[in-house]
Amino acid sequence: MNRSLRPLAATTIIFIIAYGLSVAQFPNMFSTRVLGNFLTDNAFLGITAVGMTFVIISGGIDLSVGAVIGFTGVLVAVLVSWFSVHPLIAFAIALVVASAFGALMGCAIHFLQVPSFIVTLAGMFLARGAASVLTQDSIPVNHEFYSFISTLYIKLDGGGRISFIGGLMLLVFVIGAILAHRTKFGSYVYALGGNATSASLMGVPVARTTILVYTLSSFLAGLAGVVFSLYTSAGYPLAAVGVELDAIGAVVIGGTLLTGGYGFIFGSFVGVMLQGLVQTYIIFDGSLSSWWTKIVIGMLLFLFIVLQRVIFSSSAPKLKHVRKLKHE
Amino acid sequence: MADTSYTLQARGICKYFGEHTALQDIDFALRPGEVHALLGENGAGKSTLIKILTGAYHPDAGEVLLEDRPVSFRDPLHAQAHGIGTVYQEVNLLPNRSVAENLFLGRQPTRFGMVDKRRIEREATELLARYGLDDIDPRAELGAYSVAVQQIVAIARAVELSGKVLILDEPTASLDRNEVEKLFEVIADLKARGLAIVFITHFLDQVFAIADRVTILRNGRLIGTEPLTEMSRTDVVRMMLGKDISFSGGTSAVGEREVGELLVSFRGTGRTGSLQPFSLDIHKGEVIGVAGLLGSGRTEMARIMFGIDPADSGEIRLNGTPVSIQSASDAIAHGFGFCPEDRKADGIIGDLSVRENIVIALQGKLGWFRALNRDDQLEIAGRFAEMLDIRAASPDMPIKLLSGGNQQKVILARWLATDPGFLILDEPTRGIDVGAHAEIVRTINRLRDDGMALVVISSELDEVVAYSSRIVVMRDRELVAELRGENINPSVIVQAIANQSDEAIAS
Repeated sequence: MNRSLRPLAATTIIFIIAYGLSVAQFPNMFSTRVLGNFLTDNAFLGITAVGMTFVIISGGIDLSVGAVIGFTGVLVAVLVSWFSVHPLIAFAIALVVASAFGALMGCAIHFLQVPSFIVTLAGMFLARGAASVLTQDSIPVNHEFYSFISTLYIKLDGGGRISFIGGLMLLVFVIGAILAHRTKFGSYVYALGGNATSASLMGVPVARTTILVYTLSSFLAGLAGVVFSLYTSAGYPLAAVGVELDAIGAVVIGGTLLTGGYGFIFGSFVGVMLQGLVQTYIIFDGSLSSWWTKIVIGMLLFLFIVLQRVIFSSSAPKLKHVRKLKHE
Repeated sequence: MADTSYTLQARGICKYFGEHTALQDIDFALRPGEVHALLGENGAGKSTLIKILTGAYHPDAGEVLLEDRPVSFRDPLHAQAHGIGTVYQEVNLLPNRSVAENLFLGRQPTRFGMVDKRRIEREATELLARYGLDDIDPRAELGAYSVAVQQIVAIARAVELSGKVLILDEPTASLDRNEVEKLFEVIADLKARGLAIVFITHFLDQVFAIADRVTILRNGRLIGTEPLTEMSRTDVVRMMLGKDISFSGGTSAVGEREVGELLVSFRGTGRTGSLQPFSLDIHKGEVIGVAGLLGSGRTEMARIMFGIDPADSGEIRLNGTPVSIQSASDAIAHGFGFCPEDRKADGIIGDLSVRENIVIALQGKLGWFRALNRDDQLEIAGRFAEMLDIRAASPDMPIKLLSGGNQQKVILARWLATDPGFLILDEPTRGIDVGAHAEIVRTINRLRDDGMALVVISSELDEVVAYSSRIVVMRDRELVAELRGENINPSVIVQAIANQSDEAIAS
């Protein structure tokens, strides 16, 4: 098997085993209802993780996404509740602002040659601060469009439902996977993460790709903010604190190498679902503190970093020596 | 020959970096269907010339002509689009992506906006077959294949994209014999197709095996361009190493001098894949000069002696007792010192002061708990600054602001401060000005007279001859000759390096 597929396979197997064990203990967990809720409850995290996967594959990191989610949520709430803007227009404005913000960070990273860690850390403070400047309080959103959205769902056998936002997340994953694995842009992102110098010598438009990667990440964080707003029907400047770290965790657990160049969009999906599974298990158990989610995620992350280390250092080049090289 | 028969031409190229002249008035011409070797030691200007030809640097004077039209490339990508492809020793491809993607990245055919993977894989298979790689899976990760395969993939990519000139920058440095042969077949094919090929290497055998003509650079100057059919190996080595090897009184003045007692002795010391086992006795008050071309194993020998790459065979004796040197700290504990070849990368710590750079090895030797206070440090730094004539405005000045010669003296001072019994200097005089050069040579002489044992690696033959008590010659990662007495003269060394006159090197 291709070695970059191994961490993904490992994650998937761990998810299946963990889910099986949970079902053995709480048979009710095996239902479309629970699965549907997995999607709905983690929709904003999943959408964010898709953007983060692109960033990490390109060899960077984006710490601003949680703050961008918070900012977009507040912006949408302010526009809808205070200025009576139609939610769809508010969404469009929020997404444009978020994308522009990402493009700016991408420019700073590429043209000023500042590490993405620093630029997006600054971006995180900026976005979080801007959200708090708009309002300090939680602003509820009461609009018939929000109620309408919540009536959109696909019913599944067994009483479960795929909500609009759950479905949106699945769609984002599918589009993300096509973008990463089937387009020139996707191959440029992997090229950047593999070796930026080689990539530029091979004709990869490094500036454009870098800027687009951060624009995409912020756009998806903005979309996650919209989803979060639909999910909670409110905008709060301190919402989604730390989501950037959850997203990074999901991406790494999903088999993407933190140093860039290797990874799969689908892996991040499994990573998000694994986090959702742990949360659901804790809810079913009822006696465990919700902080156990963090502990389990911490252990999984550590396990996967070790696993990647082993896979990528032991089976590094020279697996296949070519017999043909001998003189014929 | 008429100008029209050249694919690529450079005329009167000059390139300066600040005060330093990297290239001075270089002419270089490349014919279609020839393999043109470009030779020179480190710092001769090979890579600067290549960077100018490929647009990575812009010449300060002179012009580049491609098929008789003056060209000025913005960057290597631009040069590539105009027909000049380059393949480097460290393959500049993406080991994390498939072979097919590496061949087509940047120009993938698409269908409905999607990359047409099937077509890329089919075309990659056909392309690879033309380069004799018909059992490569184009879908496999490039990093899974050997460097040789990666090289050929890189060549295939460069030729597909460019197709007029192919520059191979030390392509064979990490290949074994079979792989080199395979690569040469590919090169011969491309030559038959009319490509002009520049071949940079430091393996003379390979130059004579594949190249038609050779251009030799030395210290940024053009020494000559000659057809190889009219050259012997000795001629080539002589052009690379000597400005003019008709030396007057070449024999060493120190060769016959009495030496002290035996200090360090290497017996069958070697390291698999790096250096053949060698034996060498070094006495107190003796300078062993190490001569050989770049890549002959000179630096490897120094690294083994100092434990950076520990030996895996043979034994090392110090004052007659076997010692184990598994790391640089072992070596330091036994009183060894080592000034490495690449001052900037391995020697100086640029942001620290001259004083700190001098005392750092001594402090390392003393350990954590016997810190040198500032006064001690200043005293030591002052003493060595005076002894070696280090020109720094203040001992607290960052070392990176000093000239190359003064930096080299600081590194020398760093090791002298540890009071070593045995000092290894790798190219101590490369890239430094004449005054500092003389000071370093004077210091080497003084240290020898004071009874220190030294090993000095240098490609400056006149210099090695001047201070060495004995000279060992390295070739193909092996110690091939030990010269003493009247054999310490440049022409014998050149012959030993070129391996041409066996009776002359029998010592």
